Amino acid sequence: MNAIETRSLRKVYPAPAVKKKRGVPAPPAPPSGGIVAIDALDLAVAEGEFFGVLGPNGAGKTTLIGILTTRVRITAGEAVVAGANVTTQPADVRRRIGVVPQRPNPDRSLSVIENLVFHATYFGISRADAHRRGQELLERLGIADKMNAKVDQLSGGQQQRLMIARALSHDPRVVFLDEPTVGLDPQARLSLWEILRELHAQGRTIVMSTHYMEEADQLCGRLAIIDQGKLLALDTPAALKLKAPGDTLVEVTFDGDATVVADAVRAMEGVSNAEARGPLLRVFSKRGGALIPALIDAGEAHGRIVRDIHLSRPSLETLFISLTGRKLT
Amino acid sequence: MTAESLAPVAPSRVFLAILRRDLTVARRELPYFLVRTALQPILFVVVFGFLLPKMGMIPRGYSTTMLPGVVALSLTLSAIQSVALPMMQDFGFTKEIEDRLLSPVPIQLVAVEKVFAGVLQGIVAALFVLPVARLIMGPIPGLSFANAPLLLAVTILGGAAFSAMGLYLGTGIAPQQIGLMFSVIVAPMIMFGCTYYPWAGLAHVPVMKWLVLINPLVYVSEGMRAALTPGVPHMPIAAILAALVVLTVLFMWMGLKAFDKRAMS
Ligand SMILES: Nc1ncnc2c1ncn2[C@@H]1O[C@H](COP(=O)(O)OP(=O)(O)OP(=O)(O)O)[C@@H](O)[C@H]1O
Ligand SMILES: [Mg+2]
Repeated sequence: MNAIETRSLRKVYPAPAVKKKRGVPAPPAPPSGGIVAIDALDLAVAEGEFFGVLGPNGAGKTTLIGILTTRVRITAGEAVVAGANVTTQPADVRRRIGVVPQRPNPDRSLSVIENLVFHATYFGISRADAHRRGQELLERLGIADKMNAKVDQLSGGQQQRLMIARALSHDPRVVFLDEPTVGLDPQARLSLWEILRELHAQGRTIVMSTHYMEEADQLCGRLAIIDQGKLLALDTPAALKLKAPGDTLVEVTFDGDATVVADAVRAMEGVSNAEARGPLLRVFSKRGGALIPALIDAGEAHGRIVRDIHLSRPSLETLFISLTGRKLT
Repeated sequence: MTAESLAPVAPSRVFLAILRRDLTVARRELPYFLVRTALQPILFVVVFGFLLPKMGMIPRGYSTTMLPGVVALSLTLSAIQSVALPMMQDFGFTKEIEDRLLSPVPIQLVAVEKVFAGVLQGIVAALFVLPVARLIMGPIPGLSFANAPLLLAVTILGGAAFSAMGLYLGTGIAPQQIGLMFSVIVAPMIMFGCTYYPWAGLAHVPVMKWLVLINPLVYVSEGMRAALTPGVPHMPIAAILAALVVLTVLFMWMGLKAFDKRAMS
């Protein structure tokens, strides 16, 4: 059975109202009359999967999670989560899911433990059970010492952990996490990975959006790469890596604009593509790092000094850049 | 997979859990709440129910006219604020209300619960102001609690109408305009709400007598008058109750529409 299914999902946000200024011509309206955040998206996530959603800023990750968690209205198409339709049976969906938002939104009028206890009681769990479970979760997430603190006394990362505890407080079947490790220190990130693996091992379905390739690679069974609301690729991390262009990505940072260098380098033997972004020169090399001396020379010939060089083997990262033309972070 | 996530949850149970959250928060803020909502009516009682009568500038019987209005004022002011202010905070930058909007009930129930909590807080404020006012003004001729059913009906309907209005104001108005809201909507409503004079008295200014009928507070003040001081002339009881029912339904409808718009993107 599928934990999540979407069919021809589409979300268009109304275009922001543009105030007309006297004497200033109105800016051209977006073609569709709104912002298309999700476009013709078909997804199927099996029960028990660890599913990743990868995409640059504004790709539509939060919108997608918002739709699947019944918090964003669908413009067209449909979505079924944990056996219930998000539009016609939202309460049934909510009963079975836990949500970690991109931006922590704890209940500031309550203490840390109260945030967990009250949230669980909204799901019909008794206060005694909720309290016991809340304490366990705080311990598991390493913020048990903050149990009676006010939410405002938590650091950003601690609030993030509280959000994760809250999402688990009613023992959901499907857990959605929107960039859960942003703002966590490396140690906390690793311990969160551990927790997510554990949740997954218990049979829960996990849907996580992220900017971090490594995270997606390590945790997710399958990955969807989306940009501008469209699905660009969907497969296991291993299969996606095979699809990555066979070239090595060489990134050279100069002390000035790299456009002239890019133009010169493009014609060089062994270069399949080259582009400049400010001082950054991106070269897809068929000869791996062997091209580097020639790139340095080409820079010097145009009066540019090299500041930094970075090599990436074919990877999710290079696939992502070749698909979207953009870096993730 | 787990027992909890498969068993359906009774909406009434979720409603009570959210109500408990609101009452827990309200109890902690009780002193601030009373200062915010009861101070103005009490100050008014001190000046017009104690000082001016002492100076002989106002006839002693005025306290009978004023008391129901002051009770109505504390009920309605606190009902509006108990819903509008938390709504503004809950829908603010971090959207704190999200954890309740994710509870397994139709989201409208979250709004209805807020209105219910607003009515309770309105009653608390009215129950606080009534004895304090009586204490400051001394014995009030004609005050009677004999018509308890009417008193209860006016209190609940009045509280509901104004809580629902708070829902509309709290979700339909940008937070930057909250100050404006109180000076442009609430302040005139108080002055022209028949709180400090009976509606019958406006017979001297016929235009006003009909104009103030658009003011919801008029029906709560007159309702309190009919219930607490039946000897003072007041609007027909049937008209008062009908108006309060219509206002409650109207504000609830407007409030839920605005709430829906804020709650779902
Ligand atoms: N409430 C909204 N009203 C109008 N437009 C919105 C709204 N929320 C998102 N958008 C737009 O929809 C698009 C997708 O946004 P979304 O937040 O889903 O992206 P994202 O992938 O989560 O980005 P990020 O990595 O920055 O979190 C963007 O163009 C954004 O400007
Ligand atoms: Mg996002």
